[in-house]
Amino acid sequence: MIWLIAGREIGTRLRSKAFRVATVVSVLILVGLALIAKLVGSGPSYQEVGITPAAAALTGSVTSTATAIKVDLHTHAVDEATGRAQVEDGKLDALLVTGTSPIQVVVKTDLDDGLQSVLQLVAQRTVLDQQVTELGGDPAKVAASIATAAVTVTPLTPPKNSNSQQLILGILTSVLIYMSLLLNGQAVAQGVVEEKTSRVVEIILATVRPWQLMVGKVLGLGAVGLIQVAVIALSGVAAGVATDAIDLHITAAFSTIAWLIVWFLLGYAAYSLAFAGVASLVSRQEEVAAVVTPVMMLLIVGYVIGISILPSNPDSGFVALLSLIPVFAPTLMPVRLALGVVPAWQAAVSLAGMIVVIPLLLWFASRIYSNAVLRSGARVRLRDAWRAA
Amino acid sequence: MTRQLEIDGVSKRYGEIVALEGITFEVRAGEIFGLVGSNGAGKTTAMRIVLGVLAADAGAVRWDGRALGPDTRRKIGYMPEERGLYPRMKVAEQLVYLSRLHGMSAAAARASVDVWLERLAVAGRRDDDVIKLSLGNQQRVQLAAALVHDPEILVLDEPFSGLDPVAVDVMSGVLRNKAGSGVPVMFSSHQLDLVERLCDRVGIVRQGRMVAAGTVDELRAGGPEELIVTAPDAPPGWAAGLPGVTVVGQSNGSTRLSLVDGADDQAVLRAALATGPVHEFARSRPSLTDLFRHIVSAPAEGEPA
Repeated sequence: MIWLIAGREIGTRLRSKAFRVATVVSVLILVGLALIAKLVGSGPSYQEVGITPAAAALTGSVTSTATAIKVDLHTHAVDEATGRAQVEDGKLDALLVTGTSPIQVVVKTDLDDGLQSVLQLVAQRTVLDQQVTELGGDPAKVAASIATAAVTVTPLTPPKNSNSQQLILGILTSVLIYMSLLLNGQAVAQGVVEEKTSRVVEIILATVRPWQLMVGKVLGLGAVGLIQVAVIALSGVAAGVATDAIDLHITAAFSTIAWLIVWFLLGYAAYSLAFAGVASLVSRQEEVAAVVTPVMMLLIVGYVIGISILPSNPDSGFVALLSLIPVFAPTLMPVRLALGVVPAWQAAVSLAGMIVVIPLLLWFASRIYSNAVLRSGARVRLRDAWRAA
Repeated sequence: MTRQLEIDGVSKRYGEIVALEGITFEVRAGEIFGLVGSNGAGKTTAMRIVLGVLAADAGAVRWDGRALGPDTRRKIGYMPEERGLYPRMKVAEQLVYLSRLHGMSAAAARASVDVWLERLAVAGRRDDDVIKLSLGNQQRVQLAAALVHDPEILVLDEPFSGLDPVAVDVMSGVLRNKAGSGVPVMFSSHQLDLVERLCDRVGIVRQGRMVAAGTVDELRAGGPEELIVTAPDAPPGWAAGLPGVTVVGQSNGSTRLSLVDGADDQAVLRAALATGPVHEFARSRPSLTDLFRHIVSAPAEGEPA
């Protein structure tokens, strides 16, 4: 019976236009973000530097210096006339004309800051090499010993464990889990009230127990929600990996998705039961918003805390504490997991908390629902729905 | 003994309000039982308890001698007073879903839906959402929802309300037909002429109790009998002196008389003939409507009249 009810919910939901649009739009947004990240990230990264025969001796020095100070450039050997024409066309960012100090550089309008530093260092090297030679030394030896000079850094506070990749994943996880809990939870609430408004609930309840109807609805909409979350998350990660916007090991990507799905299921189970219970108190769609608001606030508070504190402060003890409480765990724990800042015991505690809370919510919501779902008309008070057995 | 649906001493209260107070009646297999009573008498509550949609505070509901459990309840065809179907679900799909909830296989459900949509003349709308149907057609689909799973028992709350005369005939035909195939049919209605015409037995509910139940004839026999005498030339007060006779009313030469037990009606006839010609001399039973009014308007204990 429950499967029959769940099956109807799945069919109805999959055919709903609002649901399809939400899913497609989410996928498009994620893919779009990945594409934008690629366009923005890979556009101006390489400096194209032309080197005339007169400056050819500098080629090795320019390349090694650029590598040392992390400026990406490509060198091209060209004759001066061609080089000038290419700078004019924008094919080259700069053209080295002379190989001795002062190094003459031709650019279209101005010189890139990174490239400026590289050439400054190269020019200084050239002068230094000349002086060393004049003093009777070996420039190569000097260069080798300079290269061994280094700075040892001792941080007093250990660096943050998260890199920017994980931060992006964390934020996306946060938005995705919040949106999916909210949308699917509301779908449950609206479905419950639709049955009350249309009075079809009385016919259905002549064949099944109230809790069966409620659980069937929660399961059906949950199955669809699960597919939705998985599709969005997979396509997001796939797009990110394909465009190099996310640079993750396949295992890290999948563990993020796996945790997202586990927490979606737990969060959905808890929140949708709460939504179903409170929604059964009212008989008209207009009243749904008022009655689900308290439940929704819990979701929103968790989300807002997560999105506002975690990106700048992933190690926040306050958020860590909240993420152990079942009410906030679904919105906070998956984000912390994506950021990679969760000790195993915390993950275990929050999971255990959910596993205890969900059966309690099932019992509580069933009781409210059974008592309230046939009372149409005015809003039923929670206390009355709880007491009437 | 024929199988019967027994409602035995069922009570239900909502807080301070008593909805049912030990109501007892039975509906036999193959009969149509009409439940009448004013609004708030407890008809809907009684039906909801039979369906298990509500739990009774006391009493039992039995079918064929056994307490009605979820499995048997699934074989009841039910039409609630508040009509309800999923507004945005296709007619045929919805009926298949409902019959499967009643335990039918998918194939049997589809076949049965086809039959009933045809029979109730809504087959053309099978792929339309319910919300797009006219109210009358929605009613037909609602009836189909009660019948499509081939119920063993029919419980219909106000099945005739909001139906046009053609649909009333269709509905009556269907109910007779189901009863004819051995299904106990129980329905409530305010349309007493319809109840009188259709029902094998009638129960009158008042304040959560069954105050009268039986065939229409039995109920009418229990009501006050009157003698109608039409004697156009009779002067007013012609019957006043007869022993055991009370004049109830007189109009257009027709006099309605009420006789105590043992009063001699032949003496009344003789007195009438003495005034001139007598065109009508008949005993008259009250109609169900009169009876209903009589029973329902009588004050009960603890209630202001």
